[in-house]
Amino acid sequence: MSHKPVAPSLVDPAILIPAARDAVLKLDPRKLVRNPVIFVTEAVAVVVTVLFLRDLWARPAEAGFSGQIAAWLWFTVIFATFAEAVAEGRGRAQADSLKRTKSDLTARRLAANGEIEPIPATMLKIGDVVIVEAGELIPSDGEVVEGAASVNESAITGESAPVIRESGGDRSAVTGGTQVLSDMIKVKITVAPGSSFVDRMIGLIEGAQRQKTPNEIALSILLSGLTLIFLFVAVTIWGLAGYSGTVLSVTVLAALLVTLIPTTIGGLLSAIGIAGMDRLVRFNVIATSGRAVEAAGDVDTLLLDKTGTITFGNRMATDFVAISDVTPGEVAEAALLASLADDTPEGRSIAALATGEYGFKAPTREADAVVPFAAETRLSGVDLAGRRLRKGAVDAVLKFAGIAHSDAPAEFHQAVERIARTGGTPLAVADGSRLLGVIHLKDVVKPGIKERFAALRAMGIRTVMVTGDNPVTAAAIASEAGVDDFLAQATPEDKLAFIRREQQGGRLIAMCGDGTNDAPALAQADVGVAMQTGTQAAREAANMVDLDSSPTKLIEIVEIGKQLLMTRGSLTTFSIANDVAKYFAIIPALFVATYPALDALNIMGLSSPQSAILSAVIFNALIIVALIPLALKGVPYRAAAASSLLRRNLLIYGLGGLVLPFAGIKAIDVAVTALNLV
Amino acid sequence: MTIIGWLQISLLFLAVLAVIKPLGLYMAGVFAGERTLLSPLLAPIERGFYRLAGVDQTREQGWLGYTLAMLALSLAGFILLYGILRLQAYLPLNPQGFANVPADLAFNTAVSFVTNTNWQNYAGETTMSHFSQMAGLTVQNFLSAATGMAMAVALTRAFARSQVSVIGNFWVDFTRATLYVLLPISLLMAVVFVSMGVPQTLDASATATTLEGAQQTIALGPVASQEAIKQLGTNGGGFFNANAAHPFENPTAFSNYLNIFAMLSISSALVYTFGQMVGSRRQGWTLLATMAILLIAGVGLVYWAETQGNPILGALGLDPAQGNMEGKEVRFGQAMTALYAAVTTGLSDGGVNGMHGSLTGLGGLVPMFLIQLGEVLPGGVGSGLYGMIVFAILSVFVAGLMVGRTPEFLGKKIEGREMKFVMLAVLILPLAILGFTAVSAMLPFAVASVGTGGPHGLSEILYAFTSAAGNNGSAFGGLSGNTPWYNTALGIAMLVGRFAYVVPVMAIAGSLAGKVKLPTSAGTFPTDTPLFVGLLIGIILILGGLQFFPALALGPIVEHFAMLAGQTF
Repeated sequence: MSHKPVAPSLVDPAILIPAARDAVLKLDPRKLVRNPVIFVTEAVAVVVTVLFLRDLWARPAEAGFSGQIAAWLWFTVIFATFAEAVAEGRGRAQADSLKRTKSDLTARRLAANGEIEPIPATMLKIGDVVIVEAGELIPSDGEVVEGAASVNESAITGESAPVIRESGGDRSAVTGGTQVLSDMIKVKITVAPGSSFVDRMIGLIEGAQRQKTPNEIALSILLSGLTLIFLFVAVTIWGLAGYSGTVLSVTVLAALLVTLIPTTIGGLLSAIGIAGMDRLVRFNVIATSGRAVEAAGDVDTLLLDKTGTITFGNRMATDFVAISDVTPGEVAEAALLASLADDTPEGRSIAALATGEYGFKAPTREADAVVPFAAETRLSGVDLAGRRLRKGAVDAVLKFAGIAHSDAPAEFHQAVERIARTGGTPLAVADGSRLLGVIHLKDVVKPGIKERFAALRAMGIRTVMVTGDNPVTAAAIASEAGVDDFLAQATPEDKLAFIRREQQGGRLIAMCGDGTNDAPALAQADVGVAMQTGTQAAREAANMVDLDSSPTKLIEIVEIGKQLLMTRGSLTTFSIANDVAKYFAIIPALFVATYPALDALNIMGLSSPQSAILSAVIFNALIIVALIPLALKGVPYRAAAASSLLRRNLLIYGLGGLVLPFAGIKAIDVAVTALNLV
Repeated sequence: MTIIGWLQISLLFLAVLAVIKPLGLYMAGVFAGERTLLSPLLAPIERGFYRLAGVDQTREQGWLGYTLAMLALSLAGFILLYGILRLQAYLPLNPQGFANVPADLAFNTAVSFVTNTNWQNYAGETTMSHFSQMAGLTVQNFLSAATGMAMAVALTRAFARSQVSVIGNFWVDFTRATLYVLLPISLLMAVVFVSMGVPQTLDASATATTLEGAQQTIALGPVASQEAIKQLGTNGGGFFNANAAHPFENPTAFSNYLNIFAMLSISSALVYTFGQMVGSRRQGWTLLATMAILLIAGVGLVYWAETQGNPILGALGLDPAQGNMEGKEVRFGQAMTALYAAVTTGLSDGGVNGMHGSLTGLGGLVPMFLIQLGEVLPGGVGSGLYGMIVFAILSVFVAGLMVGRTPEFLGKKIEGREMKFVMLAVLILPLAILGFTAVSAMLPFAVASVGTGGPHGLSEILYAFTSAAGNNGSAFGGLSGNTPWYNTALGIAMLVGRFAYVVPVMAIAGSLAGKVKLPTSAGTFPTDTPLFVGLLIGIILILGGLQFFPALALGPIVEHFAMLAGQTF
């Protein structure tokens, strides 16, 4: 199996120590300007620091207060940059192991004249053809143009069993950094240096190259707007206070401003985005853009391949139906014997059902003669101890037994029809000229998949099953699996047309695929997930690649996208709700000297104006640190309807955000007073 | 507070509730261009106007064309009104022989009426000729109200439509709003007012000899016709200086009721029209519920504060059961004054039937805060609706992410572009209100206009700019606003409050109209539930509160606590 998504520890010193250094480096205003809220905080911190230095020289009595405010403003900025640095560090830890496999590779390039020249992997261009032999690492992403080889892709997928890569067909794509175990292949390089999947993944995780996603941009606009409003509030309050003869110091106005602007979400916003990417990587999915991850959260319809996603992929025996005076046990025994030499998954499943459910043991005696399955005869079986046991397609077996179709018992016809109607495949069983019964073969729906679809439906996501089966079979499986709709006898063109139709209605579609003929649909879908085992064309068309090549992954991808958006929304709500308590701390503190009656607003009973302001600033800084784990892990996700998610999150982050700071600021005030800090 | 008082208040809200659906449906029909009750009579007139103006009523405009048409009309209205005021001495119907209005006052007044503010730095009965009142002010009352309705309807269409670039024809919407909605109802109402004794005459003022033998001038004029549209169009500019506290504007208890009813009816019904046009009446009711809850809370708070009265006066021997009657018409009492004060500011009316400056600290806080919330309860005709939609978009965006999807409102995705315009619009009120107030509070000649010292003086300035930027028009009293500084600054505040707000709103309409209307599913953020009402109320209160709490703390809030501590200003 693939390596399970394990989140690195939150207090891993290997991540935290470099992150602390990065946090300081990120204070560079040229970098910080990408984050307006924190940039304003830094500018204010600089101003207050200057004032502190002036106080030190001119008014030493006040330097203690302005010094502490300045210090906590700097902490606020550093905590924000630290959050981003930690998120990057965790992402980088994921990427580093992949990166290591890439460096120092030497490729053997096939020159135009047919000679082989060694060249550093980083120098490879698109279209170059390289030769890779057993034991060598594939230098970059590409396509096998000649030969076949078994390749160990565990560096990427964690899957230890080697996979076959061969030219032509759907298994021609290879990934840089994976190792050829046998044979020799020629690989045509398909990506420019620095843009292979591994490179792109590293780029998405590291802040410097990270592009803001559409929703992140919209949220940044909201936060910048709020910052501007509060900047205005803080500036005008100076004039309003002047009317009543109060001269407010720049230090307290700075404190007011920084506590009001949404520093909490502003400081954690990029960390949330990076952590979302990182979560995806931990699920072994590489996205080529952050936009795709966000789109995953918006998906309305999931297009799922039946085989491998909804069903196990092979038809399995689920029942033996006996006719006339035959007992089911006899049918089971005959079926078991007839399947002895049948090594197909279907044959094995018949044997498993007969030995498991009916308790028969496979006989030790060798068969006298084995009749293997052939396309012309459409039956298989054995001759054993004088019995001629056969199983196979209904008409083939009837012919073998020498029974005319109309002569077969009505009971037999009913059983065959019932099985076919429910989407199963009936196999007849005969012993010589004696018709015994029918084996019910069916596509077995994976356990638990119905519940997952129900959860998706509760979240408003439709599931559509795509299958090559005929409509009857498709309908039966669809109803058993609980999908909302199905596309039967679907061709790649049908898929593409379906996606276009849904998109015209404003729906967002996610699908996964692996073949070259899936590429147009993958490109058209809003979220297209290509299997790592798929063709290069499919991987290029998709905006995500699943390294485990597990089609069920689509569901997890949607959940990760949703969780990312939920985390942003929850922390934004929390951040804005926090402001109410801060007002009740700071406003009375600012004006109580002029209007003693305003002490009535000091509902927290903070000990002194200076302590109130300092406590609010400290709370504002500490809450960022306190929320870093939540930003990195994401808010707890649960599959539920939007209305119940809203109610729950509004209660926790809205109401919680309103109430928590009252307690927090009061507690800090008690500590500040006890320590005599002001 | 008395049971009778609350009964009076509830009865009014029930009366408004009764007209919301029929009037809302009627307006939906009017703006959709369907045949309505009055079509046989008015359709030919409407077509005549289009022919005269060369308007092709089937040709719709994009958001920019629509907005430019609106701006052009407003500019023309401003120039016309400014001209009439500056030249009124030479114009007819000036029996009192009033002089031309000075330039700064004419600017302020023209802006005030064109922006649906109706802030009045003049006393009507001693400044304006009948011609100025009728052809100048009353005409703009109709035009500014119809303009607001047109904007709201255009925004509504943006939600109703999918992937189009046009949102209607401004000239058509504007004509229909005037012709089918405002004019007929005004006509009806003016007649009712006349029946109750409101003057409607072109005569000059009458002179009477009082019992003491003194000479008294009794101002008269075409009052009833102006009163009707003043309320229906949430304009609020009275014929007389005392506005609806004057017995000729508001002669009876019933006329008082009718005044309040008239201002609430169209604004509230338009919200229903919105629900009808976007295909979700439930959404209309959700917004109405939000407005009603906040408005009724406002009424209750003023009522409570006023009946509590002033403990200082109680200590001096006044009967505390009387509450605070300062600045109120005894005919209306506390309940009807509280109702009027909250409604006129929850709306963008600005007419008053008592002096807001004489309310208690808390009582005065409420009207001011209601304007600062953006006048969305239910707000000015049209402007209240689009203001509320901006809040709804903001709420959907902030909280909508919490359900794990890109936020959407009525099937329209709210993305960066919409948020940019929403924030531009939201910035306008604090910018205009706090900016001008802070500057005025620091300018000695501006402070000199203040009528009372202490925090109450700051409240006067804050209220003036709040009222102007919010396009409300009610005054706190006390402030002598007819100075070059206030005429100019308030004028700018009104312009910014109206147009700098509505242009981004129209840009949102343009952007949303072009988007595909998404189908709803269980994963869609529900915007028509009680939970959303709560959320919307929370966002409106928190956002409004966060912006204006510091300023209010230095004005009415400190007044309130000082009064409790035995200090007045």
